[in-house]
Amino acid sequence: MSIDNLKNRNVGVQNYRMLDLEPTPKSGWGKFKRVLSRSVKLELFVGLKVTIREMFKALFMGEMHTVKYPFEKLPISPRYRAIHEMKRLLESGHYRCIGCGLCEKICISDCIKMDTRYDENQRKEVSEYTINFGRCIFCGYCAEVCPELAIVHGGRYETASEQRASYSTFEDMLTPIDKLTSQKEYPGFGWISPNADENIKKTPLAY
Amino acid sequence: MDGYIIATVIKAILILAVISALAGFGTYIERKILAFMQRRLGPMHVGPYGILQIAADGIKLFTKEDFIPSGANKIIFMVAPIITAATAFIALAAVPLLPEFTLFGVTIRPIVSDMNIGLLFVIAMMGVGLYGPLLAGMAQENKWGIIGSARTAIQFLSYEVVTGLSLLAPIMMVGSLSLIDFNEYQAGGISNWIIWTQPVAFVLFIISGFAETNRTPFDLLENEAEVISGYATEYSGMRWGMFFIGEYANMITIGFLASLIFLGGFNPLWIIPGGLAIILKVAFFFFLMLWVRAAWPHVRPDQLMWLCWKVLMPLAVVNILITGIVMMV
Repeated sequence: MSIDNLKNRNVGVQNYRMLDLEPTPKSGWGKFKRVLSRSVKLELFVGLKVTIREMFKALFMGEMHTVKYPFEKLPISPRYRAIHEMKRLLESGHYRCIGCGLCEKICISDCIKMDTRYDENQRKEVSEYTINFGRCIFCGYCAEVCPELAIVHGGRYETASEQRASYSTFEDMLTPIDKLTSQKEYPGFGWISPNADENIKKTPLAY
Repeated sequence: MDGYIIATVIKAILILAVISALAGFGTYIERKILAFMQRRLGPMHVGPYGILQIAADGIKLFTKEDFIPSGANKIIFMVAPIITAATAFIALAAVPLLPEFTLFGVTIRPIVSDMNIGLLFVIAMMGVGLYGPLLAGMAQENKWGIIGSARTAIQFLSYEVVTGLSLLAPIMMVGSLSLIDFNEYQAGGISNWIIWTQPVAFVLFIISGFAETNRTPFDLLENEAEVISGYATEYSGMRWGMFFIGEYANMITIGFLASLIFLGGFNPLWIIPGGLAIILKVAFFFFLMLWVRAAWPHVRPDQLMWLCWKVLMPLAVVNILITGIVMMV
């Protein structure tokens, strides 16, 4: 399955095939006609044909449906909301977070806890930052409210843990400094949509 | 005489070993074929292509706790699975499995006992096999078991009739009950196969064979959706495994019967030697049972009875009548 199938969220434009179900016959003559047509058409053998066709398709035409999950994974949408990631600035490598505290404020399940202080350059720096993933409901408000695109949702969805409360610290979620070259401009949840320019309307200044 | 006894014992042990191994292998094949027909992979992780899954299942079955529920009738509960497995293998005693061959200068006939009532013996043994599920269901203090054994009684008893009647017409033509005579009757090639002269009997035999081996269109005995596991509800471990082996051995027996009686048995086919020919035919019937299981839904018990007594049995009787008239004229 390609990523395009996942991106298409317009329900109703897919090619559905309707079953041609006939109405159940009411009279005896109608029932007799249906029995006759089914016997002459040999519908049981049509069923056999369908199953053997699917078998040949699966075996020789590569249409096996199974995904061997732990070994191979289906692609997920870039806007999927899984475990959070902290992004860095691409140029300087400094973390993007400015310590505004909006994510802590907006968090509806109270799972983000942060503390800030001024560093020697009188710049806000994050001294303490934890997310309790036992409480987090992955609503995405933190990523949406973040003005700097510093906290975003990544694609790590395998989140089983041994304890109910499992905390993640700022350093855990921050992009490692040596992986900075592989950090790309983030397209996912929290980032403005690709057609944002079209959606912008002029704010009227007066009636 | 001593040699005869020793040979018979060796044959019996060999058939027991080979057929029960094949029954185990059959479960693997069934899971694979059903998976492919539903575009799944089936067992994949134990051994190459999951083939050692049989060994894993066997170890699991053997090492499970041997468990007899407190409400069950202990003796009958213990005997019932043995009846199913034993009758399934005893039925194979009168079935010639392969053509005669020579090994170390000794001519071996791969049949335990070529008795003159061979076919009747096989049918009778498969009929006795009904006591396995019947007693198993009634031995446990469990309503699903009772329903399962009631269904066993109605299904096996009525389809015994169809099996017997459908086989009567070929028996009349051949004039013998020995399966080797059946085989020799069709020695002349494909045009001599009984299926061309008795197509109705063949179809009836296949249908009732599905019912007697408890395969899908008629798998009412242990249908999970309706009666949990029917007669096998309270069974686990090796006792349940014996039911399973019995069922698969019965499938193989039905495959042998159908290919011996209707499809020319182990006569050589074009360039295919006879031994390979019958193995291919039995494999086809085994595959057909799995194929049908993947494709068709099963019927209700009342539809099953309707089909047996109102359609199949009259057809079988008419078939016998017509065969008799044609033979008289």
